[in-house]
Amino acid sequence: MSRPDTGQTPVLRLENIVKTFPGVRALDGVSFAVMPGEVHALMGENGAGKSTLMKVLGGIHQPNEGQIFVEEQATVINTPLEAKAKGIVFIHQELSLAEELSVAENIYLGELPRKSFGRVDWNKLFAETNEILGKLNVSFDAKARVGDLSIANQQMVEIARALTVDAKAVIFDEPTASLTDAEKVVLFDVIADLKSQGVGIIYISHRMEEIFKITDRISVLRDGQYSGTLTTAQTNEDEVTQLMIGRSLDLSRNVSHGELGDVALEVRGLSCGHLYQDISFEVRRGEVVGFYGLVGAGRTEIAETLFGLRDPSAGTILLDGKEVRINSPAEAIAHGISLVPEDRKGQGLVLGMNCRDNMTLPQVDDLKAGPFVAEGAEVAIFDQYRDRLDIRTPGWRQLVGNLSGGNQQKIVIGKWLSMHPNVLILDEPTRGIDVGSKSEIHNLIRDLASQGYAVIVISSEMPEVLHVSDRIIAMYHGELIRTFSSEEVTEDNLIQAISGIRSDKVA
Amino acid sequence: MAPGTLSNYLKSGAIWAFIVLELAFFSIAGEYFSLSDKAFMDFDNMLLLFKQSAPIGIIAMGMTIIMVNGNIDLSVGATYALCAIVLLDSMTWPIFAGLGDAVIPISWALALLTGVLLGALNGLIVWKTGVDAFIVTLGSMLGYRGLVFMYNGEQPTSHLNWTLVDFAEAQFLGLHTATWFLLAVTVAIWFLMNRTVHGRNAYAIGDNRSAAVNAGIRVGPHMMINFMIIGFLAALSAVVFYSESGSVNPNDGELYELWIITAVVLGGTKLTGGSGSIVSTFGGVLAIQLLRKGLAHIGADTSTVNLVIGLILIAVLFLDRQLNLKGKEELRV
Ligand SMILES: Nc1ncnc2c1ncn2[C@@H]1O[C@H](COP(=O)(O)OP(=O)(O)OP(=O)(O)O)[C@@H](O)[C@H]1O
Ligand SMILES: [Mg+2]
Repeated sequence: MSRPDTGQTPVLRLENIVKTFPGVRALDGVSFAVMPGEVHALMGENGAGKSTLMKVLGGIHQPNEGQIFVEEQATVINTPLEAKAKGIVFIHQELSLAEELSVAENIYLGELPRKSFGRVDWNKLFAETNEILGKLNVSFDAKARVGDLSIANQQMVEIARALTVDAKAVIFDEPTASLTDAEKVVLFDVIADLKSQGVGIIYISHRMEEIFKITDRISVLRDGQYSGTLTTAQTNEDEVTQLMIGRSLDLSRNVSHGELGDVALEVRGLSCGHLYQDISFEVRRGEVVGFYGLVGAGRTEIAETLFGLRDPSAGTILLDGKEVRINSPAEAIAHGISLVPEDRKGQGLVLGMNCRDNMTLPQVDDLKAGPFVAEGAEVAIFDQYRDRLDIRTPGWRQLVGNLSGGNQQKIVIGKWLSMHPNVLILDEPTRGIDVGSKSEIHNLIRDLASQGYAVIVISSEMPEVLHVSDRIIAMYHGELIRTFSSEEVTEDNLIQAISGIRSDKVA
Repeated sequence: MAPGTLSNYLKSGAIWAFIVLELAFFSIAGEYFSLSDKAFMDFDNMLLLFKQSAPIGIIAMGMTIIMVNGNIDLSVGATYALCAIVLLDSMTWPIFAGLGDAVIPISWALALLTGVLLGALNGLIVWKTGVDAFIVTLGSMLGYRGLVFMYNGEQPTSHLNWTLVDFAEAQFLGLHTATWFLLAVTVAIWFLMNRTVHGRNAYAIGDNRSAAVNAGIRVGPHMMINFMIIGFLAALSAVVFYSESGSVNPNDGELYELWIITAVVLGGTKLTGGSGSIVSTFGGVLAIQLLRKGLAHIGADTSTVNLVIGLILIAVLFLDRQLNLKGKEELRV
């Protein structure tokens, strides 16, 4: 491994870390080091062991073998508290917040300022929180209840935690997964700031643009093993991908416009209170319609309405030309509508159940052999989609809660694909998914369309919507601004549309 | 006004509105059905109501912390009875024979210590084994009750100390001793839950346990402290009540845990943890006591009382759910 020739000592150094879980060798002798004032990317496929490695640093897991050095001092980190005391701050991949508590209490969770008799020093707490929130340039208040904030704002609360202590090293585990572009800019400023103070930063992300924008070096894990470190300025995406998955990807835009069939889904004048108004569109069989817009533009809410989770206040939904009312997810499923939800932990998965049962959950009723669940059929379905989606798990008995974030997402997608829906709605389908699987999922979406499915893809990533969609609907503040065909769409007019600019709207 | 503010006001006010409703109902119904010709809202009657709320109310404050934590304690009734026995019996122990009334603080301390230890045992098991508090305290409920019966068989344990009785029956500024204890405990626990780091951590743990762990809060010891607090309060409740009555039956305090949980839930504390308020629990305790007293006032028997309280509990929780839905745009669950 090449160290930058600054002559400095690393803030953090890991030597031969091994971590096993029952049936999984999650980390297999990983070594790597972070220098002060460096942004060090950690990349690798879903399940490569990135989060596990960070949890070892954060005192959540104990390594089976290997050593951690903080400023070249051999250290044992037994608890998250010890990690914090040593100046290691960990911003988790999955939101880790208490929703009923205020923003301030969450930011200082575990270390609320005290007065005599164990009292909370509220004045100090709010003053310090407001100072941090000021730096982050956010719109919410220190006293706001975290549960009332949007997912993106909750993520900002997580990020704010990095600024509370005198950090030596800050770990960001996929911090941008649910941030808007504007919020990303703020985050990158924060990172630049920390960097200039000599803090070592470990940055985990699957998004290449970000990695090349803000990091200094890139270390790659592959199947729990260290597979190399590159200097960002001297490498390219292809080289990184090679190191991650052992081959390069063909990322050329390969939207093949197949034969479009009949209209499968039509929506006329659909409204839902202040969430979105007067939305009309149609999706044909064999077509992928992309919904693009900023977080909060109302896209998820439309999907939830189609899936029977919300009552529309006006408008009609037609399936195969017939008007339907969808009052519950059960009815939506019966009509052949499937939704891969945005929030996989909250809405997509039963974390305490195993992989197979999660995948077959909506159809166990149909898989019965007599009065009993047909386990063999369930396993067959699981095996089929594990292979098709390349889900990394030691077997179907593994609890979904123990899978890596990206593999959890694949279980949700597999679950709904196995229902063979007429209309498949995917809300942020590749959030937290590695580049290799991402292109697989994109190919899968195109395949599904060519097999005659009607597909809706909601995404906040422009390359993704551009890549997979036949038509793109741009939304802004609950309004449908414009529908683009794949010929007329450009990055510029798409950005304008989602900012609410209708200047070039065609009637 | 921010969205949700109104429903929050309605929610925190609901229990008090319910109490007003009860008062009105029993006052009017009492005119027609009451066996005595005293009005229900009689001042002395209300003072008595507070006093009678004390045994359950004192423990309910502790139960609120436990439930905000996401736990539950089913053993409080048995703890209560066991502490009562320690209180009364220790006053007759030969080693304290020469002490006269100086035995009172000693017996109190012994009873309270017993409560803390029993609570600590619950907490320690929950902490070290990771077994659900429901199961652990179900076991200790049976176990502690077993100890109560081992002590004196089916016989009551009795000892009347007149100094104690005078103290317990005293009224200061019109309120009975037991009422003062209830108020003091309410204020103290309110302070603990709203003003101290320990209290705020209790909410955090109940709300999102892994977030609390990740933030470095030591969840196990934290929970153990809360079990010690509720053990202490169960003992305090016994001390206050049996100082006056002077005799404990081996099945005293049975079903207390259910009354207490009912009061806490009526006050709006979530069974899943993370939210709950001491003031509302106080309201829940009063509401239940009013209901028991009011129904008795109009001549209903115990079985009717239980039936009515059961129905009301379900109705109130249903209403609470309705209030929680903020409007038609809300996501279905
Ligand atoms: N608590 C656990 N019990 C069992 N296996 C686990 C546990 N935590 C992680 N694993 C396994 O360890 C491997 C590494 O997981 P990890 O979460 O570190 O991946 P990752 O690189 O962060 O992936 P992603 O990009 O999807 O977040 C996976 O195979 C996962 O299933
Ligand atoms: Mg991860």
